[in-house]
Amino acid sequence: MFFQQLINGLTLGSVYAIIALGYTMVYGILELINFAHGEIYMLGAYLGIILLGFFTASGLTEQSLLLSLILTSVLSALFCAMYGFTMEKVAYKPLRNAPRLSPLISAIGVSIFLQNYVMLTQGATDKVFPIQLGETVLTFQDVRMTVTQVSIIAVSALMMLSLRLFISRTRIGKAMRATSQDKIMAALVGIDVDTVISVTFVIGAVLAAVAGVMVAVYYGLVNYTIGYIAGIKAFTAAVLGGIGSIRGAMLGGIVLGLMESMGAAYVSTEYKDAFAFVILIVILLIKPSGIFGTDLPDKV
Amino acid sequence: MFLPFKGPESALIFFVVLALGLTAIFFMGKLRIPTAAWNSIPSAASRYRTPLIISLAMLFTVCPLMLNNYYTDVLIMAGIYAILAIGLNIIVGFTGLLNLGFAAFYACGAYTYALLNTKLGLGFWVCLPVSALFTSCVGFLLAVPAMRLRGDYLAIVTLGFGEIMHLILNNWDSLTHGPNGITGIAPPMIADISLSDLRYFYYLVLIILLLSLMVIRRVELSRFGRAWKAIKENEIAASSVGINTMKYKLFAFAFGSFWAGIAGILFAAKMQFVSPESFTFIESVLILSMVILGGLGNTYGAVLGAFLLVLLPEILREVQLYRMLVLGIGLVLLMRFRPQGLLGIR
Repeated sequence: MFFQQLINGLTLGSVYAIIALGYTMVYGILELINFAHGEIYMLGAYLGIILLGFFTASGLTEQSLLLSLILTSVLSALFCAMYGFTMEKVAYKPLRNAPRLSPLISAIGVSIFLQNYVMLTQGATDKVFPIQLGETVLTFQDVRMTVTQVSIIAVSALMMLSLRLFISRTRIGKAMRATSQDKIMAALVGIDVDTVISVTFVIGAVLAAVAGVMVAVYYGLVNYTIGYIAGIKAFTAAVLGGIGSIRGAMLGGIVLGLMESMGAAYVSTEYKDAFAFVILIVILLIKPSGIFGTDLPDKV
Repeated sequence: MFLPFKGPESALIFFVVLALGLTAIFFMGKLRIPTAAWNSIPSAASRYRTPLIISLAMLFTVCPLMLNNYYTDVLIMAGIYAILAIGLNIIVGFTGLLNLGFAAFYACGAYTYALLNTKLGLGFWVCLPVSALFTSCVGFLLAVPAMRLRGDYLAIVTLGFGEIMHLILNNWDSLTHGPNGITGIAPPMIADISLSDLRYFYYLVLIILLLSLMVIRRVELSRFGRAWKAIKENEIAASSVGINTMKYKLFAFAFGSFWAGIAGILFAAKMQFVSPESFTFIESVLILSMVILGGLGNTYGAVLGAFLLVLLPEILREVQLYRMLVLGIGLVLLMRFRPQGLLGIR
């Protein structure tokens, strides 16, 4: 039982972690809660179902399951990257010097818009992926672990590792770190801040899209409301780890996933979603800077 | 061939919206709307304030005599939302504390009356102050720990509170009957006359709305209102001139929630039924949109915003399906082109 929940929690947690990275990177640079980030994940999940359905119908899945899954993820990521880019340019860039409240409300607007247009075009009911993927189950004593779960954990780990390398080793990664420390100074030393912000949104959207595809395959169904709940939980993960901190978001996601599956197993299934909110409120009240965050004094 | 979506054309919509968004990028920067006409609205409104108020009051007094039940019903809802909006305006507009869980307080007022009435048999007039004060206390108790946070964090905590309230209402079956809600709530009575007739109920809402406008206007012009506005402009400067910011922020939360309680009990008494479905996150966003559309910090603006956002979808019935879609785009455009709202002054 305990180890079973550990596996489930790890799977869930790694998905939260890669969505949380999008929140934390945007917050680190713009100090904006990108409320619509969860909707990008939802779009990714819908595209996952649509593309996989398309590949299955055209016979590619039967020939090579791996290839069709990879193609689905890549196309979905590409598409969501464009959405992320557009979203930033339309809804946030014009408000960069506006009062703090404005971009947040604009973000809520984007979120409502995306949710409703997916609902109107794709229907309000759950979309089910009709073809069962041939699941191999690995059994270790009494703990069952599906190949999908293992691949979700592995892919997430791979993506987090590459993100870390990208941010620590590449030129644009260095520019991102500089911008998150001080936008004006970064611009003074010749960094194109607009490009850095766009890149941040694109990376966040790619991560969210892949998370969406993985969840679509894992559960086999999507709904237009999944983005809101997943978004809040991923945001909780980001706050838990210390918002603005990359490794914090990773750790926060895993911890939140574990807490949630343990809570659902040992405390109450009905209030499963409430754990995230309670954790969020408690963290914000006790230590708003999270595990890895730093306390910043008020600027006068 | 089976595809798990509603045909290729519905998937193509994804591309169409993206393409529209991408083209919008190039026009967002260049587009200018003429501002002179906009800017004359607030000054014109304040110049003709007295005749405007008198004519509006007369219009709204005779309204139910000329309209059928359906439109009276819509006007009642507009009135209830107006009370909610001016309540939220105290918190967000005057004091600058973003509250994304206002529907939770609304729910609190509605469920207090629903439970007191169905379980204990208490009447509307007893419950009115009880509900309002209880909601006010809940607002105060939430605010005590939450006031340590600022800006976005406060918004997220109130959002989390709203979701927790919704989950509790949905899952505490023995008390709230979960998603089925509570039925058979009594309408208000005056002597032996039941106010369940929509026309009577309309006047009840109208009177309470006018009273709340008067009270809030007085408070806005008092020491409290000035302190709230000072805190909104600059909290550190406000505390340096001797304003106890903590005290005034707590009071703003309690006073704003008070009106949510009033609106909640009116809603429960009108519907004679409450369920968690009426108090979702979208509801909070809707109320916030009313305040923002009217103009943050402007009480009359909040009323205007509430009436516009309730009446417009009713007038444009064909586009009802696209109501939320338009609300989303509207919020983005409003923030871009007129962040101060219709009646706000920059």
